Amino acid sequence: MEPLIDILSKCEEIAFDLDFTRAKEWKSQDNKRVIVGYMPIYFPREIVHAANGLSVGILGGGDKKMIIKGDAYYQSYICHMPRSIIELALDGNFDEFDGFIFPSICDVMRNLSGTFQILGKGKFAKYLDYPQNFKAHIGGKFYEQELQHILDEIYKINQIKVTSARLNESIRLFNKNRQLTREIYDIRQEFPWRLTAADVYHIVRSGYMIPVEDHNVILENVIHYIKEDINQPLDKIRVVVMGAFCEQPPIGLIKTIELAGCYVVEDDFLLGARWIQKDIEEIKSENELLSTLSYAFLNNSTFSSTIYDVDNPKEDRLLELIKRRNVDGIIFASPSFCDPALLDHPILQKACEKNNIRYVSFLYNENTGQFKVIKEQIGTFSDSIKLWD
Amino acid sequence: MSSKVTKEKSMVIQKEMISSLFKELSTAKQTGKKVVYTFVPGNISELIRAFDMLPVYPEINALQSGMRKKSEKFIHDAEKIGYSEDVCTYVKCDIGMMLNGNIGPTGEKIPEPDLLLLSYTGCFTFMKWFENLKRLYPDVPVALLHTPYQEGHEITPDMTQYMVKQLKEEVIPKMEQVSGKKYDEEKLKKILGNTNKVEELMVKIFDTTKNKPSPIDAYFAGVYYIGPINIGFRGTREAVVYYEKLYEEILERVDKGLGPITPEGVMEEEKFRLVIEGPPNWTHFREFWKLFYDLGAVIVASSYTKVGGVYDNGFRVNPDKPLESLADYCMNCYTNLNLKQRVELLSNCITKYEADGFLVNSIKSCNSFSAGQLMIMRQLEEKLDIPVGFIESDLVDPRYFSYSNIKNRLESFFQMLEQRKIIFNN
Repeated sequence: MEPLIDILSKCEEIAFDLDFTRAKEWKSQDNKRVIVGYMPIYFPREIVHAANGLSVGILGGGDKKMIIKGDAYYQSYICHMPRSIIELALDGNFDEFDGFIFPSICDVMRNLSGTFQILGKGKFAKYLDYPQNFKAHIGGKFYEQELQHILDEIYKINQIKVTSARLNESIRLFNKNRQLTREIYDIRQEFPWRLTAADVYHIVRSGYMIPVEDHNVILENVIHYIKEDINQPLDKIRVVVMGAFCEQPPIGLIKTIELAGCYVVEDDFLLGARWIQKDIEEIKSENELLSTLSYAFLNNSTFSSTIYDVDNPKEDRLLELIKRRNVDGIIFASPSFCDPALLDHPILQKACEKNNIRYVSFLYNENTGQFKVIKEQIGTFSDSIKLWD
Repeated sequence: MSSKVTKEKSMVIQKEMISSLFKELSTAKQTGKKVVYTFVPGNISELIRAFDMLPVYPEINALQSGMRKKSEKFIHDAEKIGYSEDVCTYVKCDIGMMLNGNIGPTGEKIPEPDLLLLSYTGCFTFMKWFENLKRLYPDVPVALLHTPYQEGHEITPDMTQYMVKQLKEEVIPKMEQVSGKKYDEEKLKKILGNTNKVEELMVKIFDTTKNKPSPIDAYFAGVYYIGPINIGFRGTREAVVYYEKLYEEILERVDKGLGPITPEGVMEEEKFRLVIEGPPNWTHFREFWKLFYDLGAVIVASSYTKVGGVYDNGFRVNPDKPLESLADYCMNCYTNLNLKQRVELLSNCITKYEADGFLVNSIKSCNSFSAGQLMIMRQLEEKLDIPVGFIESDLVDPRYFSYSNIKNRLESFFQMLEQRKIIFNN
């Protein structure tokens, strides 16, 4: 087995490979393979896998991509994410991609799907409209129809029909992927010093770029190492970071939070990888091909700023998470101009105040380069909890 | 500009309609009428009316607060309790208005909702807005109507059925529960009959801009014309009467060869014909309009007047298929169209109404419109070889209205149009 340090270094390199080298290499080995890029937050990758495809997470350019053309497409008061995605698209980084999925998370992402359609990027650019109705025969059926459209598009490209056997194999692999990812988070909850938050970020993000089979091996190897008592605990508070589910924080920001005296034991950075909270059941009948994926979305999704769970308020679910993770405070870190995240903050913060939970909040952009002010803010937050609680 | 400023009969009718609605709302608790909060796009007030309930539109309250210079304080108050500077100012203005006693535009108190009808169409922020309202009114039920986006450039039967099922199993049962009345489809059909007539009249009214001079301004005056149908009068007899009168008045103007009415009288010389994309600024509405009519610019079509429904492509509600019609109406609102469809629609307007230029008023806090506008602009410029202009403002946050910046940009734009006319004439 590779040493942990080498695994972590490999994950970091894969996670930020904006040329998507591994995905393109994977595709080049078989002319029936397809690459489908998907935007945040969640996409049921199982269906693309079952159709002989690789779904690749498109998470923007971060602080690794200079924006030149993207600014000509988006006004200054629109978040940074679409401009770096357009920049990557115009620079040809997605040229071997066959299709693109834009989950319905906000108006910017929705209209970005139209921009991709007009620019003619990929063989299809699909806005995936998630139901906000959670009844199986209404929202569930609509969701299945949405997923079927994607399968139809892929079929037009590679003529591979998804069967229950193929899809069940994919479901097994992604169930395992989610189990292993959860296990890493669970170990870190107890022993957060064994891996840094940045390491976890790299490990999970690398899974957005490579076949699930390869990522499962990485996760198993990481777990093997972190089950051992490695590294020394430090006197830090335990925090949840919320609000960063779409435009990703620069890695320097995640490091800054930990350097300023916090262990990030829970976050929503790459929420899509852990969106489904329980194993997805395998399909029993060919006639209900997408039924278990639909059931999982309707019943076992995590809470998020993009889902209106009328009967299961998100503040209650946040409080439950805080209790489960045994955290000392919350950091609300959101990208500038992110309506979904920022319009949740007053709701969530009120719940925190009511329940005497400490929080701090700030805004960032994916290419923020200065962390001094944030470090001071987080440091004060962490000190105040350590000293006075 | 002609110095004579007179109020047309239709204006008087509209004023009376609005006044009576707000009066009715202010006494709703005494009269026992139930109140439903909902949104303009995907505005199924026919269904609300079928249960004898009254609609309230938080967007309309926000824009009215903007026009009456009250929004700044409301926004500040919302920001004080944690709403970010970056988010939609309609939401903040509405929350601020509620924090300040929920006093509506006419000075009367807006009643608290009995139902939150979240028919979020073409704007994701609507969902966030009502999530916040739900926390202010925790005991009020929410009826959620998810309108699928026209991402594939069409409304499919599956999309319509998805909406009809939601109407039947989510929205109507909640309305029955709140109103205490059974759903009466015959009544809804009758109401939709009026809507159909109004939709037909709306198309004719906005089509009069093909005349030269255009008898109306389809943006600044257009927002008044769409007022009744967007603030709760869809499907009412009053709306039919109003639009018949308005159309009659406009036809008289056409016969007389008159230009549009502005706050300072009739515009006498039409120099530039424009198509505008994006909502107007409400906090400085008159000054904003004046920048156009002072320079002889008339708006011959605008996307904003289609925010509560697009009828250009032939869509009309069909009273014989009431729920399907409501579903298709919602999905057909402007911001529920994908970017290609928006380009096509604007392109048709530019061509049909012989516009000299295309202008974007990009709104800081409205991603539903703003995200993608630069792409739309680029597409139209390339496709039609038409001069394009770009200005920025906000809906109801006066901090983002810079008069001199907008004036400078507009003057340059109009100079460009002038030069172009000279070149073409030569």
